[in-house]
Amino acid sequence: MQIDLSVLSVTKIFDAFTAVDAVSFEVNQGEFFSILGPSGCGKTTLLRMIAGFTEPTSGAIHIRGEDMSGIAPNKRPVNLIFQHLALFPMMSVEQNIAFGLQRRRENKTDIRKKVRAILERVGLPDYGDRKVDQLSGGQRQRIAIARCLVLNPTVLLLDEPLGALDLKLREQMKVELKKLQAQVGTTFIYITHDQSEALVMSDHVAVMNEGKFEQLDTPQNLYNRPRTPFVARFVGENNAWSGSVHRCGESNVEVRTEEGLVFRTKAEERLQPGQRVDLFLRPEAMLIQPDPGLPGLNRFDVVVDSILFDGANSQLLVTPLKSRRELVVALPQNRQYDYIKAGDKIEIGWDTNSGICFLQR
Amino acid sequence: MKASRKHHFQWTLAFFLTPVVLWLFLLIVLPHIDLLFMSFRTKDDSGSMVWSFSNYMLFFKEPIYWLTFVRTVLYSILVTFLTFTIALPVAFYITKVSRPRYQVFLTMLLLLPFWVSELVRVYGWMILLRESGVINHFLMKTGLLDKPIEMLYNDVTMIMGLVYTSMLFMVVPLIGVLENLDDSLIEAAYDLGANMWTILFRIIIPHAVPGIVSGSIVVFMLTLGDYLTPNLMGGKNSLWFTEQIYNQFIASFNWNQGSAFGFLLLALSSLVIWAGLKLTNQKLSKVVK
Repeated sequence: MQIDLSVLSVTKIFDAFTAVDAVSFEVNQGEFFSILGPSGCGKTTLLRMIAGFTEPTSGAIHIRGEDMSGIAPNKRPVNLIFQHLALFPMMSVEQNIAFGLQRRRENKTDIRKKVRAILERVGLPDYGDRKVDQLSGGQRQRIAIARCLVLNPTVLLLDEPLGALDLKLREQMKVELKKLQAQVGTTFIYITHDQSEALVMSDHVAVMNEGKFEQLDTPQNLYNRPRTPFVARFVGENNAWSGSVHRCGESNVEVRTEEGLVFRTKAEERLQPGQRVDLFLRPEAMLIQPDPGLPGLNRFDVVVDSILFDGANSQLLVTPLKSRRELVVALPQNRQYDYIKAGDKIEIGWDTNSGICFLQR
Repeated sequence: MKASRKHHFQWTLAFFLTPVVLWLFLLIVLPHIDLLFMSFRTKDDSGSMVWSFSNYMLFFKEPIYWLTFVRTVLYSILVTFLTFTIALPVAFYITKVSRPRYQVFLTMLLLLPFWVSELVRVYGWMILLRESGVINHFLMKTGLLDKPIEMLYNDVTMIMGLVYTSMLFMVVPLIGVLENLDDSLIEAAYDLGANMWTILFRIIIPHAVPGIVSGSIVVFMLTLGDYLTPNLMGGKNSLWFTEQIYNQFIASFNWNQGSAFGFLLLALSSLVIWAGLKLTNQKLSKVVK
């Protein structure tokens, strides 16, 4: 498979601040690749270096094997969709989309044909004459994508373009964007701080923190097998305990948390008794009132503080007895747990394979 | 309750408006009405004052008057254009290139020369440019010139002086509009393959149109109505229309003719601006906003 983009040990230093720290990765042709990280982690700087607006301090960026150093943004085979889309308000939709083609001095009939084809592709065939400010948020989004895709770039870069949309539209655009990418087959590099956007759309996701990639993996692996505590905290919701290793078994360890709870769990690395560890557990890994016959569960009693009803994402906030740390437990909406009220004492159990344990550094 | 509030509102309105209305009426409207009447009065053969259009007709009959006016308009348009071409890069540098903390400082630098009066500024230029002036002295010292040349009293110097005087009135509205220009629009155009000139003509200038139009109107009107700079820096042949008006009032002591020229200047320059707005497809209400 052809590699569209390779980033080789790229570093960017602003004054004394290292924004991007020796990052390397490769993106295959036709892939939807996301870079996920909190604001200020360097993801925008990385994207701007790929687009050509910023030159890396060291390292190299290759697109289809060609070194991009010293090549200006208007000469690179990549296009960028800006956070606020940057549609030209002084032009009509058609002029916006034709802008890049005109720069390539393509002839007028070709331009008109291509503009019409791409407008049809994004589902806005009759919008060519509209002004930009006559479009809704979702329509602008599609025009911004059309304006880049019409140029047939090797790599399309997207800088959190869904950030400004309201929730409902964002959910809809996520699906649409993924479908569109599958249809056109262009390589997409998408940066976002919204983990759900990254997980839903991407083939691969790189989680970035403080200028470095913490983990580059498939969305499933990021969620199920985070390799660093940062990824465990950042991707999806997690309950966290800190504690120390009490006893080491063959494939699992016994951890005593600071509150005095003792859990058996699998470990990502070799651990010694007495070492300080962080233990992470997903809300949906906890079973409410588990069957007493189920073997291999960590069981403990909790008091229900409150019920957060949110349809399929409903949760319980609970506090284990003898502890003050609140935990989040997923509450399945199959009516089985309708009897639970705030203040009730219930039993919680979780499988020893669902927790993840990291050595504290 | 409602009626009393309305009553109250009218009183405060009247209180704040009275000085302005008085000012406008007593110092601007009234003298103009007087001048307007005056412009339609002329001496007949017997020497008594009668109503007539002859003051206005003279402007069109005597080529020296209307040619001076055409010259003044053409030079004012040239000055406006030159001011714009110099002011745009300056405004662009201040708003988009320089670091934010230098922006105020740079704008102050632009304002600083305008703290002294136009007269002093023009004399400053004269000290620099005259035959025995600083520049000639410097060029003689370095051996670039054998004998001093007169750089004052020609059209080029006059135009330079007028551009210098008008700069601020173009830069300030341009800074205003360019500050509102989203940087990502420029970057997006660059990313889509545009070069510097395309970005200038397709993105920056279309965005800056309201500022360009309002700046141009101010610069054009100020230049057209300027008296000092053309008079002091222009030569014997660089006649400006305001000098014709001055001559009528002061030299010929013909106030009737002078006020007719004054109103012609007002009417014709308004016509030029109206035509300019029509030609560039702009609306004054949009620009003022």
